[in-house]
Amino acid sequence: MLAVDFTTYGWVTALKVGVVLGVIPIGSLIFVYVFLFKMMSHMQSRLGPMEAGPHGMLQPVVEAIKFLQKEDIFPARADRLVFGLAPFVVIVSTFLLYLVIPAGPSLIVEDLDTGIFFALAVSSLSVIGVLMAGWASANKFALIGGLRAAGQLIAYELPLILAVIGVVIQAGSLSLQDIVYAQAGGEIFGFGAIGNPFVLTQIVGFVIFLMAAQAELAQTPFDMPVAESELVAGYMTEYSGFRFLFFFIGEFGTAFAFAGIAATLFLGGWYVPGIEGGLADVVGPLALGGKVMFIGFLIFWIRFTYPRFREDQLQRIAWKVLIPISLLNIVVTGVLKVVF
Amino acid sequence: MSVTTDWQKSAYISSQAADARVNVELETEGMTLNIGPQHPATHGTLRIVVRLDGEQVVWADPVPGYMHRGHEKLCEVRKYPQVNTLVNRIDWLGSFANEVPFILAAEQLMGIEAPPRAQYIRTIFFEMSRIANIALFLGDMGVQLGAITPVFYAFRDREHVLNLIESATGGRFHPNYDRVGGLKEDLPKGWIDEAKDVMNRVRRFCDELEQLLVGNEIFQKRTRGIGVITPAVALDYGLSGANLRASGVDWDLRRDSESPLAWKHADWKVWTHPDGDSFARYWVRLQETREAAIIIDQLLDSLPAGPIMAKVPVKIKVPEGEAYVETENPLGAMGFYLVSKGDLSPFRVKIRTPSFNNISICPWLLKGVFVPDIITILASLYFILGDIDR
Amino acid sequence: MGLVPGYVKGLGVTFRTMTRRAVTVQYPRVKEAPAPRARGVIALSTENCTVCMLCARECPVWCIFIEGHNDWEPPRREGGKPKKGFVLDRFDIDYSLCMYCGICVEVCPFDALFWSPEFEYSEANIAELLHDKGRLVDWLQTVPEAPALEVGAQAKKGAK
Repeated sequence: MLAVDFTTYGWVTALKVGVVLGVIPIGSLIFVYVFLFKMMSHMQSRLGPMEAGPHGMLQPVVEAIKFLQKEDIFPARADRLVFGLAPFVVIVSTFLLYLVIPAGPSLIVEDLDTGIFFALAVSSLSVIGVLMAGWASANKFALIGGLRAAGQLIAYELPLILAVIGVVIQAGSLSLQDIVYAQAGGEIFGFGAIGNPFVLTQIVGFVIFLMAAQAELAQTPFDMPVAESELVAGYMTEYSGFRFLFFFIGEFGTAFAFAGIAATLFLGGWYVPGIEGGLADVVGPLALGGKVMFIGFLIFWIRFTYPRFREDQLQRIAWKVLIPISLLNIVVTGVLKVVF
Repeated sequence: MSVTTDWQKSAYISSQAADARVNVELETEGMTLNIGPQHPATHGTLRIVVRLDGEQVVWADPVPGYMHRGHEKLCEVRKYPQVNTLVNRIDWLGSFANEVPFILAAEQLMGIEAPPRAQYIRTIFFEMSRIANIALFLGDMGVQLGAITPVFYAFRDREHVLNLIESATGGRFHPNYDRVGGLKEDLPKGWIDEAKDVMNRVRRFCDELEQLLVGNEIFQKRTRGIGVITPAVALDYGLSGANLRASGVDWDLRRDSESPLAWKHADWKVWTHPDGDSFARYWVRLQETREAAIIIDQLLDSLPAGPIMAKVPVKIKVPEGEAYVETENPLGAMGFYLVSKGDLSPFRVKIRTPSFNNISICPWLLKGVFVPDIITILASLYFILGDIDR
Repeated sequence: MGLVPGYVKGLGVTFRTMTRRAVTVQYPRVKEAPAPRARGVIALSTENCTVCMLCARECPVWCIFIEGHNDWEPPRREGGKPKKGFVLDRFDIDYSLCMYCGICVEVCPFDALFWSPEFEYSEANIAELLHDKGRLVDWLQTVPEAPALEVGAQAKKGAK
């Protein structure tokens, strides 16, 4: 009998990290398949991939393998160290996001007291990765893309944070687990059966959060950094093989994570009315998954329908529209919280 | 079109940029950017050299010629039916429209008039090639602006028009249907009803695009006020077609020129827009597509019975003379200047293509414009490389 | 409908399209039949061909290669004189050059060439796109009947 105690902190943490490392590619591949391959195709009146697996379900896996077996190209004048590190910076930022998202009462990697603050802070690490990629590529198009991305991502950090503050005021805590409990235990005008998902009272914050998240993920209508028809692939132009795969998984993994955060903050997270305790550990992930798919649907529906904003229009929206509205939202929430 | 060689141009650019230290990593001031010849935004191999200051254009120069196939020279060594086949390939999206001015010029010199049924069917096919061409533009401008969905609707509904053309002529893209004196063969049974169905579909497509793109506030923000061309400048640079009508100039060769084709037998209107910006160009083309469907419906209803071909000798020998015929093609005004010395081949064919003049306005228009707006403007001017370079 | 902003209407269009059937035809499992007049491949009827060389001359890209020789044909009736005639040795069409314009089919005075809507003859080796006489005769089986003409058309004098 092996004398290893698997309940020690070290083993539990290793398990949790392993689960997260597994969830990232699986989550992003599910997003890629359902939304990018199938939903986009059907919105465009076509079928999408149908050959790899039943209805093309293995297509994302096949694509991942395809990227892995490509040649690792370094442009001749590229800065090798920076060029090589950029995808890793992006993927590390994605990984850190998953650490605080709860999938059940006890299914969280680390229930930090400053959960949402930590999440938003690490999500801005990807800006550095994007800048590194744009600069080190020795390509004018990539440079333009990288600079656009940096400007956009920094501009939209503020509405993202301000939209969340309304939720935090209502819940009274920064920890994501506490926010879920606040929604679970709350009541809507005395009606407590479905709790109080903050999407009802914080609808303005929800919309602003989604718009800011759309910009953070560089999705149309905010996809200037990756404007395909202008800059080929923006800051990712010179990347191929597994480095491009990292950017790609980073993009969809972050989308999955942001959808998870939005579901937790506004739709009630893993909470399903009536299910408590141990059962919630099983049902919770499924409920959260369902809510994540719904938010993903919204994000990608908007992506496939709208044309993109120009860089200055984008910035104008962030600074002149979203920030004032979210500040107003905070004031109103604060006042109402004190009154009621 | 400048007479300097490519090398001379590159030398000029590098001398201009020399003290701005055009280095990839550091200076964005005086950065010279090469859009094309391989680029997703240009419809083919057009190269536009722009000099940027940050994100604004300081100087722009289109460099065509990457797709020059020597059409005019080829026409001198081919017989008239063979030239007809080649001419299809100039504007390859609306190919039937290319045959018409050439055939009309030959008919003018030979003194032959095609029977009325042939003129009606020619007009119907002409308008169908307009729909096929502009439907693609309507979707494509969406893609250039970032909306990836409309282009699929455009291709999906264009398929039906192409299938119609195929069922009558045998070829989807290059029908080779027009002949001196009439058409190759008559329509197959059931074609008229099918065509009416397809026109309904085209109308639904236009409505869908209006909801999806034209009414979209983001699209309007990206296109209104961008690339404004005043009527005087438009006429100076020789713009034609929808580009001219979008600047408010009421000019349409279908109505104004003495064409033997059947446009005068239908009741239709010419659409103009006073703004002259990219939105106006998109809007005018959308209305033109709808109008084309209206024209086709009316002509289908009033299609006269009769022969499809006039009495024409087997070997087409055009007598000596010169003729210039200009028609309102989907891209603008296309003209064929035909010089004949009485042989089986033309002596000289000069092809006046609309896209060549349309992009000549680029240096003037692109000054002071942001980089994403370059794409919007180029997309809204709508050129096809086969048309520019021949 | 001035109350519904343009944003929302656009979302409605994409949502509606998503709920409808996709228009993709999954070739090669499902095949759409092209129109009977579609210009797919050219078929040759050697009985009608008199080696007049008109098609080879009129072809804009000169993709038809014809060789023939004079020979004595057997007399039509018993005891008659043997006739001199052209015999077709070689009739190749190089489909890597062919523009699919149809001038050869139109120009043939003896109805020896026909259009067939067959299009699935891609080859991995470009040399195999040169279809020889035997292959061109085989394509005759795929030539459809000429479709009936539309209302108001004048019947053609003599079939083509």
